[in-house]
Amino acid sequence: MQPLENQIPTTSKSPLSVQDLTVAYHRKPVLWDVGFEIPQGSLVGIVGPNGAGKSTLLKAIMGIVPLASGRVQIFGKNYRKARQQVGYVPQKESVDWDFPVTVLDVVTMGLYKKIGWFRPVAGKHRTQALQALESVGIADLANRQISELSGGQQQRTFLARALVQDAELYLMDEPFAAVDAATENAIISMLRKMKSNGRTTIVIHHDLQTVPTYFDHVILLNMRVVADGPVEKVFNEDNLNKTYGGRLTLLDEVSEAMRRRERSL
Amino acid sequence: MIASSGNSLSLPEFVQHTTHLLASIGLSSWEQAYRLLSFQDHNTRVVLLGTAMFGCAAGIVGVFTLLRKRALMGDAISHATLPGIAISFLIATHFGWNEKSLPLLLAGATITGVLGVLAILVVRNSTKIKEDTALGIVLSVFFGAGIALLGIIQQMPLGHAAGLESFIFGKTASMISSDTVLISVASLLCLSFCLFFFKELKLLCFDETFAGSRGYPTTTLDLMLMGSVVVISIVGLQAVGLIMVVALLVIPAAAARFWTDKLGSMTAISACIGTLSGICGSALSAIYPRLPSGAMIVLFCAGCFTVSLAVGSRRGLIIRSIRRMRMNRSIAGQHFLRTMFELTEGQEASLEQQEISIEKLNFARTWNPRELSDTIRRATNAEWITRIGSQIRLTKKGRIEAERLTREHRLWELFLIHHADFAPSRVDREADHIEHVLEPEIVAELEALLSENQKTIPQSPHLLAHHVAEDEMQTRQHAEPTHSSRNRE
Repeated sequence: MQPLENQIPTTSKSPLSVQDLTVAYHRKPVLWDVGFEIPQGSLVGIVGPNGAGKSTLLKAIMGIVPLASGRVQIFGKNYRKARQQVGYVPQKESVDWDFPVTVLDVVTMGLYKKIGWFRPVAGKHRTQALQALESVGIADLANRQISELSGGQQQRTFLARALVQDAELYLMDEPFAAVDAATENAIISMLRKMKSNGRTTIVIHHDLQTVPTYFDHVILLNMRVVADGPVEKVFNEDNLNKTYGGRLTLLDEVSEAMRRRERSL
Repeated sequence: MIASSGNSLSLPEFVQHTTHLLASIGLSSWEQAYRLLSFQDHNTRVVLLGTAMFGCAAGIVGVFTLLRKRALMGDAISHATLPGIAISFLIATHFGWNEKSLPLLLAGATITGVLGVLAILVVRNSTKIKEDTALGIVLSVFFGAGIALLGIIQQMPLGHAAGLESFIFGKTASMISSDTVLISVASLLCLSFCLFFFKELKLLCFDETFAGSRGYPTTTLDLMLMGSVVVISIVGLQAVGLIMVVALLVIPAAAARFWTDKLGSMTAISACIGTLSGICGSALSAIYPRLPSGAMIVLFCAGCFTVSLAVGSRRGLIIRSIRRMRMNRSIAGQHFLRTMFELTEGQEASLEQQEISIEKLNFARTWNPRELSDTIRRATNAEWITRIGSQIRLTKKGRIEAERLTREHRLWELFLIHHADFAPSRVDREADHIEHVLEPEIVAELEALLSENQKTIPQSPHLLAHHVAEDEMQTRQHAEPTHSSRNRE
């Protein structure tokens, strides 16, 4: 069985609902009062300038960074309880690609939780990982050392690691950054296939031009949610100006002031 | 060997001679060396087992701390143990306990060692001071406090302090059976932690964020790993001493990386290097009592590292320079073929029918003469060209290859000019650097982007070097008629 081939049933609960979420690093607020709800089976893009808190939002959803306030619900449950249903693809720059492991090793990492503590990786797990690699088109690289991969192949490896988990909600941090055109096409067609099977995917995205063709739902983020909803309704010049325009918004100024005060303490 | 040459020593004489030699450097008899090396001596067995266990565990824990980029944490921890040792000693003398009891001294060492780690974390997290600075401060301050306390102990009237210094540089000779049991148990503990949690530690070291997203308790795992480092540093106090214990946490793992790209094998190799260093270092020190065990262990370790650095099968210097040489040769070969193509380009006769003189080739590019003749030799062997005297002609195989290379080179040049905004005069150099890594999929993308069809070779976007060179050659021939004829000889 290829990963993600099976259709998942629709539920009444939203795959992801975020309410009044605020996150602060060392008292410097990064996200203010963020709230949105994602419909099941949608392909969602998160766009916003550098430092808008996009990556932090994903990490806050998964509970990797502490919340100053607010609530995150995944299929109506706490993240701790819904963890098995969530797959995460971190930024590929976040790891050391010189690490002594093979491509297949990295993909099996997606199964560690399923394998459980104290148990070694078995043959059937490797078969599963190989299938995931096949579905992203790099099964032939399974035994390569990861330092030999190109940017696109690194990204495919990370995708395979998330796919092998067979989750229902996927959070991806810039999967299209620094990949070749062939990989970009492969990823987007895979995301569409996942969508048709009822999976929900949230993608941090940088290329504004492709937003209307890639996504059906978009969240414009700059420390707070500027707009969120169907692409055709909210992805317009007005909202983009609000998200990207004016380098120093009032919000920036306030948080900068708080940071300065913190520094002088 | 001895019998074969006429005037050499007879066997009994040889033995006597050697015994004398060994005795002069501190070994009384052959028998003692034999006893040592065959582990008959109880004390030697104890020492060797202890250092072997320690070396093995340090090698394994070291792999994870190295990959977690915490290699120097061990150094700070071991230095921070000294005040603990001194305080335990003071407490023991005060209450009239056995002040040389190893468990007691090590308990004190553990407490200040852990305090040292906490101090680093507090300084790092609550101030703007970076981790390396915090490490430096804690390491030197704790060590200084320890030295001061040792000074106080030596001033005391009771003065049984002799032996405490051996914790600084290590002295295996002072180990007894119960010490070995303690060392072995502690080492086994660290060792089994790393093996039981192998895949979790692998994930933690590779991708902490992902581990967190999957619900692994990353902080707890990290603390347990730090805990193992504390245990290793303390266990190593007796064998290698607190100054050098970090060597066994860093060097075996770093050496192992030269041999493999797999974490499992890296761990096994590192464990072997650690174990071997422990055994050989302490054996050397047992045979020659003047040689301190700690230094011997570390030096043996460093020997393993140097060998790995040179001949390591994955990343050793020799294998890498061989790879680089092959790469350079293949690049030179590609340049050669492309130059051949460009020299024959646009002529009426087909490429395979044209002969090019070596002299002409020499002018077309800035070759070093040896490089050119080597490249020609290799191209002949690869059946890319046939050579008749100083004339060279492409074979069919060579022509196909030359066409492909030239085409890729020019596609890349065109890309640079039209899409990356490079000046045409600069592209040749830029393209030279990159064309050797062009993979088929990238070439396909270039074709699509430049809407080039599959067959034709685009015109060079810049003036080719040999056109310039030809002009130059003609001018020179006019000025200096003997030049070319001399070259031809």
